[in-house]
Amino acid sequence: MLVDLVQLTIFGLVVGGIFALGAVGVSLLFGILRFANFAHGDMMTLGAYLALVFVGPLALPMWVAFPAALAGTALAAVAIDRALFKRLRRASPVILLISSFGLALILRSLIQIIWGPENIVYWTDIVLPWRLGEIRIRPPHVVMLAVTVALVVALHLFLTRTRIGKAMRAMADDPDLARITGIPTERVILWTWALGGALAAAAGIFLAVDTRLNPLLGWNVLLPVFAAALLGGIGKPYGAIAGGFLLGVAGEVSTLVLDPVYKPAVAFAVIVLVLVYRPTGLFGGR
Amino acid sequence: MTALLEMRAVRGGYGGVDILNGIDLAVREREIVVVIGPNGAGKSTAMKAIFGLVAVREGEIRFKGQDITNMAPERLVPLGLSYVPQERNVFPSLTVQENLELGAYVRRDDAAAELAEVLALFPVLEERRQQAVGTMSGGERQMVAIGRALMTRPELLLLDEPTAGLSPRATELIFERIRAINQKGVAILMVEQNAKQALAFADRAYVLVGGANRYEDSGPAVLAHPEIAEMFLGG
Repeated sequence: MLVDLVQLTIFGLVVGGIFALGAVGVSLLFGILRFANFAHGDMMTLGAYLALVFVGPLALPMWVAFPAALAGTALAAVAIDRALFKRLRRASPVILLISSFGLALILRSLIQIIWGPENIVYWTDIVLPWRLGEIRIRPPHVVMLAVTVALVVALHLFLTRTRIGKAMRAMADDPDLARITGIPTERVILWTWALGGALAAAAGIFLAVDTRLNPLLGWNVLLPVFAAALLGGIGKPYGAIAGGFLLGVAGEVSTLVLDPVYKPAVAFAVIVLVLVYRPTGLFGGR
Repeated sequence: MTALLEMRAVRGGYGGVDILNGIDLAVREREIVVVIGPNGAGKSTAMKAIFGLVAVREGEIRFKGQDITNMAPERLVPLGLSYVPQERNVFPSLTVQENLELGAYVRRDDAAAELAEVLALFPVLEERRQQAVGTMSGGERQMVAIGRALMTRPELLLLDEPTAGLSPRATELIFERIRAINQKGVAILMVEQNAKQALAFADRAYVLVGGANRYEDSGPAVLAHPEIAEMFLGG
């Protein structure tokens, strides 16, 4: 039983890290632009397929493909903002939300047109898990967790030490006051898309390493990603990270008592409970 | 003395509905000007119009002779204009230090001197530099809000009801600090509900009614005006 718990917690942390990386972008974008980005899952998918371009046709190692895919997705996110959302800056949140839903469909269809609907893997070689007593640890999981932690630390330094990072937190707190203060809000918005896109790509690649690439990859985890952002208090990047890990572990550990097919239901339950009892999130966001 | 800020026959409001129906207002260098009036008189809206947050449909606003009508806040701040809104005037999840630093965002140079000056003005903030502003009292938040606005060394500070919801003691302190800021040469344009106290030290005051000028005079003269006193100052 204890072994199962430890094993599931490890899986939960890996999955939770993926939710966390996705949720940070959702949370910051919501805080700054006031809408839930339904295309965030498909930005994760895009990142995962961009990495495939680098490791597949270009035959580059993953440590090169990973940052390249992050940069590519960040650029794509900025381009999307310029082409679509910048025109809707004064539109109501509902219009933005529906537009992001449309964007999600466009991205997913483009990915399916380019790469096809079938499942793809980055590598076909089989890696044996390490054994620590009865606990099995897959080497990719260790790398993924380490990179997730590194990204979270880098994000923390960016948000607390750089001018633009502080401006981003300020704008997520209160966009109107940020404008009054003289913060160049359009620049902050661009940086937020780039950051959200890069972290979404990281989440997408990890998810694809853990499972398989397919056009529905990111869309399938959008619900827990939203739940994590909500749990952490929307507009609070640190809350979103905590929410992601919490949800990941809760989902895996729930399989001790629940049939694994109900795992997504845990995210739903969390959303409902948070909205009913703590609508500002566990850490007092908006 | 030349006028620092001038509003001439300003009309404007939200989404086609005018709230300001021709407002004239001037602030000269180093002056404290107080705006009073009943609810819905357009006092806060006038402030927002100056700061480019409400569309001005007619008339013009000049700052140091330059036309700033409908100019975006990020262009106004570098000109020497700062604004402290009535509510939501701090970044609650950020620390005191970060709130103040962000006030200096438009300046590319180091703002250490300004930071030291603000902390000297509000010594309570010194020991709380690393505290999140959201956890502080109303009076302390107001200090952070005013401090944030001072970080650009403005020539004119717009304050929208700086003592709203504060205890009498905190109100006293904020008014006293506002005068200290003014002594350093910063002109102040202030909307205030605690009108009696504010008028006592105002150089000049405007009474607005229905989005238009009703009366203007020196602060003490407005305070002594029987009709105004009865209407807005509770007799």
